[in-house]
Amino acid sequence: MPKTFAEINEKIKKGEAVVVTAEEVIDLIRKKGEKRVAKEVDVVTTATFGPMCSSGALLNFGHSDPPIKMQKVWLNDVPAYAGLAAVDAYIGATELSERKGMEYGGAHVIEDLISGKKVRLRATSYGTDCYPRKEFESFITLGSINQAILFNPRNAYQNYSVATNSSDRTLYTYMGVLLPNFGNANYCSSSQLSPLIKDPLYRTIGVGTRIFLGGAQGYVAWEGTQHNPVQVRDEKTKIPMAPAGTLCLIGNLKQMSRDFLKAAVFYKYGVTLIVGIGIPIPLLDEEMAHFVSISDEKIYTTVVDYGVPRRKRPILAKVSYEELRSGEIEIRGKKIPTAPLSSLYKARQIARLLKDWIKKGKFFLQEPIERLSLDKRFKPLNIKP
Amino acid sequence: MVKKRIVLTFPPELVDRPIIYRLVKDYDLVLNILRAQVTPKEEGKMVLELEGNREGINRGLKYLEDMKVGVQPLAKDIKLNEQECISCGACIAVCSPRALSMDKDSWKLEFDRDRCLLCGLCVPACPLGVVQIEFE
Repeated sequence: MPKTFAEINEKIKKGEAVVVTAEEVIDLIRKKGEKRVAKEVDVVTTATFGPMCSSGALLNFGHSDPPIKMQKVWLNDVPAYAGLAAVDAYIGATELSERKGMEYGGAHVIEDLISGKKVRLRATSYGTDCYPRKEFESFITLGSINQAILFNPRNAYQNYSVATNSSDRTLYTYMGVLLPNFGNANYCSSSQLSPLIKDPLYRTIGVGTRIFLGGAQGYVAWEGTQHNPVQVRDEKTKIPMAPAGTLCLIGNLKQMSRDFLKAAVFYKYGVTLIVGIGIPIPLLDEEMAHFVSISDEKIYTTVVDYGVPRRKRPILAKVSYEELRSGEIEIRGKKIPTAPLSSLYKARQIARLLKDWIKKGKFFLQEPIERLSLDKRFKPLNIKP
Repeated sequence: MVKKRIVLTFPPELVDRPIIYRLVKDYDLVLNILRAQVTPKEEGKMVLELEGNREGINRGLKYLEDMKVGVQPLAKDIKLNEQECISCGACIAVCSPRALSMDKDSWKLEFDRDRCLLCGLCVPACPLGVVQIEFE
């Protein structure tokens, strides 16, 4: 008989829930089989810790006296978007400082805020009768402002592709430094620990799912931008073999920690935010047990050539994460060293922490209020007259 | 007499040319090869100590630049801030001698100083700026 979210939460309340991480469950299922584990194990924790460019924070500064309707806003010289009423602003992770360029960006502002540092706020306005002030400058801290909401439109990519470079010059990208002539192949996934790889058809992860986000409890707010479920999927595992689903995540920045939220600079590319995410998957039935049992040797992804500066990059090969994690893959007869960009070490830390929270009754599962789409197609942007 | 330590990068097409020989013969420099990684058809790297008079060394360095050999001063050491390192692996992508690698059990970043050529590519490659280079 399949389990329900309510039943599992009852067990969590009583401190009786059986929780393991998504890596631990692989061994468990090898020994005991899917049927037994589906009965015996309640929750499997998945996690990831990697660069996620579509991230940022929604802030409310409160009103000054006399009040200002902020039109243009800068936080430590990084422009924030303030076209939202008078004192709401959104600071995007990848926005660069007007003074320091690629050394400092929105992600650094976010990290500075959660580190308790003072951040310089500057605002200008055209002035109105009700908001007469035209300029404002002060220091703020995370504690001095009102809401500080981490709101990330696209996180937790389902199975990102591997990047390599066929051209004869080094490329500096969001997938790191790509050495010429297939000098390296960079991959970015927590693979067998990854949330959307372990729930490939979004049965348990959807709008409203409670998650670990940046060290605090957060939620899946919506499907992520560029959510692309209609992707080529492996027949047996149903796991997409190229980038597919994404999640839009939300949480209280004031509860987050720089252990799980970090600003990063990708050389000659720009600034981004490294986000730590943990998502619990309830083992509702045997099908879920089957999904979570999949290990790196059966999870495939595509290798694409960033040497071609086009939207649709040539696909060179299909490789498994076991091959990628071995340190070397073979493309067209050439052996290419691989490197990760997403930290499995930190992802494991998060998966264990989430497991601990659930076992101690500090974290309850939330059934999705709405399921993520399985048939949306991701459209390109073309120039139209 | 002046001593200078440099890191040379040879593009693949120069790897089989006797460039080091010319430094000795034409510029009268005493050379000590501290580390070298030379493979046919691949980019070559060498850590070289030059000794000679200042003029000889400068002319030798100009020769290397004219030959399109990359020349960088030798770093004394690469320092990894283990407290701040998140073991993401971005540095591994650029480490040709594989001095930086992942422990296959813990997936924690490891640094083998003996394999390091001190080329310094890991420094900008690190997204958190956790790898620092110290020059002589």
